[in-house]
Amino acid sequence: MEEILLLLQEDARLTAAQAAERLGLPEQEVKQRIAQLEADKVITRYKAVINWEKAGVEHVYGFIEVRVSPQRGLGFDAIAARIMEFPEVHSLYLMSGTYDLMVVVQGKSMKDVAYFVAERLAPLDHVLSTATHFVLKPYKVDGDIMAERTETKRLSVTP
Amino acid sequence: MGRPRPRVAKGVADLPPSGIRRFFELVERIPEAISLGIGEPDFTTPWRAREAAIYSLERGHTHYTPSRGIKELRYALADYLERRFAVSYDPDQELLITIGASEAIDLAVRTILEPGDAVLIPEPCFVSYAPCTILAGGTPVSVRTVAEHGFQLQAHDLAAAHVKGGRAVLMCYPNNPTGAVMDRPGLEAVVALAEERDLLIISDEVYAELRYDGDHLPVAAIPGARERTILVGGFSKAWAMTGWRLGFAAGPAEIVEAMTRVHSYTTMCPPTMAQEAALEALRTCDDEVARMRREYNRRRRVIVGRLNEMGLDCFEPRGAFYAFPSIARTGLTSEQFAERLLVEEQVAVVPGTAFGASGEGFVRCSYATSLPLIEEAMVRMARFVGTVTG
Repeated sequence: MEEILLLLQEDARLTAAQAAERLGLPEQEVKQRIAQLEADKVITRYKAVINWEKAGVEHVYGFIEVRVSPQRGLGFDAIAARIMEFPEVHSLYLMSGTYDLMVVVQGKSMKDVAYFVAERLAPLDHVLSTATHFVLKPYKVDGDIMAERTETKRLSVTP
Repeated sequence: MGRPRPRVAKGVADLPPSGIRRFFELVERIPEAISLGIGEPDFTTPWRAREAAIYSLERGHTHYTPSRGIKELRYALADYLERRFAVSYDPDQELLITIGASEAIDLAVRTILEPGDAVLIPEPCFVSYAPCTILAGGTPVSVRTVAEHGFQLQAHDLAAAHVKGGRAVLMCYPNNPTGAVMDRPGLEAVVALAEERDLLIISDEVYAELRYDGDHLPVAAIPGARERTILVGGFSKAWAMTGWRLGFAAGPAEIVEAMTRVHSYTTMCPPTMAQEAALEALRTCDDEVARMRREYNRRRRVIVGRLNEMGLDCFEPRGAFYAFPSIARTGLTSEQFAERLLVEEQVAVVPGTAFGASGEGFVRCSYATSLPLIEEAMVRMARFVGTVTG
């Protein structure tokens, strides 16, 4: 995997100069490479990882299993396109197994999420059934462990 | 009744305290200091290995193991050495699991030395080689290595230092404290000399996985070397397992069997749960090792670049996690430099002299510390060098 991508995935705020120093490459080359990765949409966007609970902002996530009937010639893509445009939809996946789509819905309250499912999602044409699961506590999100961890102690000087 | 005899044996009483010890005490008094003096990974042991140890305890694996180590670990280790470094050892007769690479070094010298035998030790080097040699009744003879040769051991220097009674060479590449590695021609010359003079080779390769310019070449892979080489390794560095105390020795059956006898009388066996953790580490943690190596490499580029920028000549370390810049142009001794840097800028580095007299004029900077801390330490160090050289 490309080293620049691994670096930026860990810390998107690294400047080209800092990345260049870590990679042992000329700054200009790194600048061009990042610009190219952005132009190619390999890097789509830079964002911060936020612990909203700590920020005092209530977020409720529902994981909604949705069974749909695929459409001739369009498969699941047409119905997925309709669902993903709702701003409440945080993530959307086509799944193997007993249901078809996993819709992750973000709301301010459980009621919010429930209403969205009842009023927006379930009534859509081709949606056969939904099953809603609420997140009670996030432990690890997108590779980041949410709990704060104590630093381990090392001796200050060792051979 | 005459005067009571000293309670501490002369040989031990005469052992000098490690140069690190005194400096450690200085640093402990300045808790806010950024330490580049730490010779162990800042990473925690990969979770799979930790989890394997927890599982081992849950199942009640709290008993002695065979002295040479559990069979599964020895077999996995033999596979690993073959797979990674193309050296093959019989896991039933040629491998021994030890309590850290440190125990393997101690066992090696105790097993091969007759009283008065000399051990040739390239310097600068890790602090235990000479004391272990002395405790085993041998005489350490240091062989100076220099920055001009990338701190690689030169066969002609080895030949020049070779004295009557020379029994072995005790070397460590990738090297602590310099970060030097040995290239094939250099190793071949050393092995040729060892064959000519009938020297055994104790090769501490605990940093084998931490190479940044290609794969590590074990001494034992050089034709003619295997039968006279004790390969020492461990789990501390690559798998970030310092606290588990687990290492190994690999070598000809005759020597390893004898080392195992000494080991069985002095330690019985290595800790059981640590062995089970190491087994898991060997089986499933390649990606974690690669991830840590990648991070060390980033830090290496930053620290070496910055040291050279501030005017301290630093040859490129190709292994381990140390940079070893020359501080000659400051006009200070290694100790003065380290003490003043600590007091004036709260950055701890280790004086090169802690690793032997040939470390004078250098300091060891460990990059087993996070990049933000390294970057801040480099800013402070540059300021200090600026002040001193004014």
